[in-house]
Amino acid sequence: MPLPKRESPIGKAVSLFVTCMVDMLHPETGISVVKVLEYLDIDVDFPANQTCCGQPAYNGGYHDEAKDVAVEFLKVFRDAEVIVIPSGSCATMVRVDYPKLFADDPEYRAEAERISSITWEFSEFLVDGLGVENLDGILPEKQSFAFHDSCHGLRMMGIKAAPRKLVGNIEDAEILPLDSAEECCGFGGLFSVKLPNVSAAITEKKLASIKKNEADWILLGDVSCMTNMNTALEKRGEPKCVRHFADILAESIPKSGAKRGENPDGE
Amino acid sequence: MENKANQFIRAADVALDDPDLQKAVAYGTRLGFNKRIAAMYEYGEEHGEALRQQAAQIKRRALANLPDLLEEAEKNLLKNGFKVLWAKDAAEANELILEIAKKHESKLAIKSKSMATEEIGVNENLEAAGVEVVETDLGEFIVQLAEERPSHIVVPIVHKTKESIQKTLEEKAQMPPTDDPVEMARFARAYMREKFLQADLGISGANFVIAETGSIGLVMNEGNGRFVTSLPKVHIALVGIEKIVGTLAEYATLTQVLPRSATGQTLTVYTNLINGPKRLNEEDGAEEIYLIFLDNGRSEIYQSNYADSLACIRCGSCLNACPVYDVTGGHAYGWVYPGPIGSVITPLLKGLENAKTLPYACSLCGLCKDVCPVDIDLPHFLLDLRKDIVQTQKGNWFWDMGISAWSWIVRHPKLYRFAGKVAARVLGLLPLKEIPAPFNAWTDHHTLPAFAKKSFTELWAEHQGEKNG
Repeated sequence: MPLPKRESPIGKAVSLFVTCMVDMLHPETGISVVKVLEYLDIDVDFPANQTCCGQPAYNGGYHDEAKDVAVEFLKVFRDAEVIVIPSGSCATMVRVDYPKLFADDPEYRAEAERISSITWEFSEFLVDGLGVENLDGILPEKQSFAFHDSCHGLRMMGIKAAPRKLVGNIEDAEILPLDSAEECCGFGGLFSVKLPNVSAAITEKKLASIKKNEADWILLGDVSCMTNMNTALEKRGEPKCVRHFADILAESIPKSGAKRGENPDGE
Repeated sequence: MENKANQFIRAADVALDDPDLQKAVAYGTRLGFNKRIAAMYEYGEEHGEALRQQAAQIKRRALANLPDLLEEAEKNLLKNGFKVLWAKDAAEANELILEIAKKHESKLAIKSKSMATEEIGVNENLEAAGVEVVETDLGEFIVQLAEERPSHIVVPIVHKTKESIQKTLEEKAQMPPTDDPVEMARFARAYMREKFLQADLGISGANFVIAETGSIGLVMNEGNGRFVTSLPKVHIALVGIEKIVGTLAEYATLTQVLPRSATGQTLTVYTNLINGPKRLNEEDGAEEIYLIFLDNGRSEIYQSNYADSLACIRCGSCLNACPVYDVTGGHAYGWVYPGPIGSVITPLLKGLENAKTLPYACSLCGLCKDVCPVDIDLPHFLLDLRKDIVQTQKGNWFWDMGISAWSWIVRHPKLYRFAGKVAARVLGLLPLKEIPAPFNAWTDHHTLPAFAKKSFTELWAEHQGEKNG
């Protein structure tokens, strides 16, 4: 079911919801997102007091607790014009699940729907929102990448082409196919600790397919799946090979401060 | 049949340690998954999607008018000479079947593949009364010989390798040794042919009941169903009340969608319409056909928020798509219906507390919804069932406590950040690579993810400082 069309985010300030996992485990990815947005001359704000979108509780069946957390989210982002989230899964929670969660709630329904309508996953925001497919980036050396499509971003928000376009347009970046691109990595949030062995068996299959792949890096848009796969690889004594595409985008553009279209050397 | 759905985790562990099952299920589901895509989208994405939406609407229409359609069906079935019976639960259905068998002094019943009969345990019931029951679908036949249960809605022996099938046939049916699948099938065919000719009772399910014409629609590939429904004098069809469709034209559409979705065929080898018992000028056919409409919890589902799950046409494509089913196989689900649809309807049919692990046996990848020929939102139902489990306090206190503590902390950002910092420091200091039970679920298969030295919140503050300074 395609999501309803919404207002263009062009020219609006961005409020970043960095996600709890990026905040604590991979802050560098959050910085990459900021770097890319500022490079595009976009005002970025990071509303203080943000924590989590509530997805763990929602997916666990704890709708009351999820609502409590989501209400805080609605309050923290009350003044946001556009919300950008570097995670297909957390973006799905706000974009797709908040309206369901608050469907019968007269107090917050309208606000949940408004917040949903201004929320974008990072690549979706750049490509579908701003119409930016090419950051004119260059990598220091030739590198190849294959994409894993995280389930929620892919199936709930239809995110597939956007991150590939952005990375594919970087000079010296080559996109290779991954045969298991659309297959679950086995994480599933609480699923991975409630049914650890089943989750691990699914991850095992995913890793087997990744190991066969010739790309230098596997890219994705969710640090949750990334953490699942990388820590599973590490447990097996193998090198981590999964990265967030935002980090590649950030590496391909000039150091912070420069804006797109400006000569990076200042000449 | 006994319900062991709450033992899912233990049963899954057994399956995970069974290399034959792993090999067989992975092969079978992958094959089914790919064949479905090829057949469903034979004429392109748009055509396939249109067909899928058409099927979805047919079933929705049928569900919306279910009470009326059931009445219409009964009227037309009776007109065609069927005997129509109603069973509110498994016990009633079994009683009816037994009565019919007794009345006709049945000694040998032959069966074609039917999940509804699995659901109520027809075989055990008849065998206890001294009626021999022979499954005649090849897969079901092997399952029966092996004294197992079907592990898939469409491919009952998807969990078995060729070698284990050979072993079963040699040991249980005295097949002369051969590892040639064609020879094995030939043997089974000859074995069954005897039974077909001796049988005095045929038992089938139905893929659809067409209200407008009062007919049973049965699709199959092996031809056994034609023997079952036409050779013995008496035929019993056990049909869930949700199998009804309005018109013959709708049936025609569904006979295109079901095989494409189930086995990747554009049409099954046999597509049958049974319009009543043998008539005066006819040579073949059962002399009496009993159609038993089975409720067994369905009308309760019909009145719940989960009514849409009754649209299922039992194609099994959600099983083939499911990453969990792919590694656990079907037996782990503990009852009749495995995979995503099983995880939805087992708790609904058997009670939430008797299948409370199943809604959690899902990574929420959403692929089952994408492949469903009638577009049932299975992931959403699984989430709703989780909610029901939590709200009726049938969950697990450990998780209840954990989630409320977590939700409290994340609603207090200062405390949350402080807790994060403490966790980062403490975990950084400890030489901890493993965590003791019961907290080792993650570290059995992963390293502990390292907390960053500085959180994004801290890095952002520095970034703002740089920009402004």
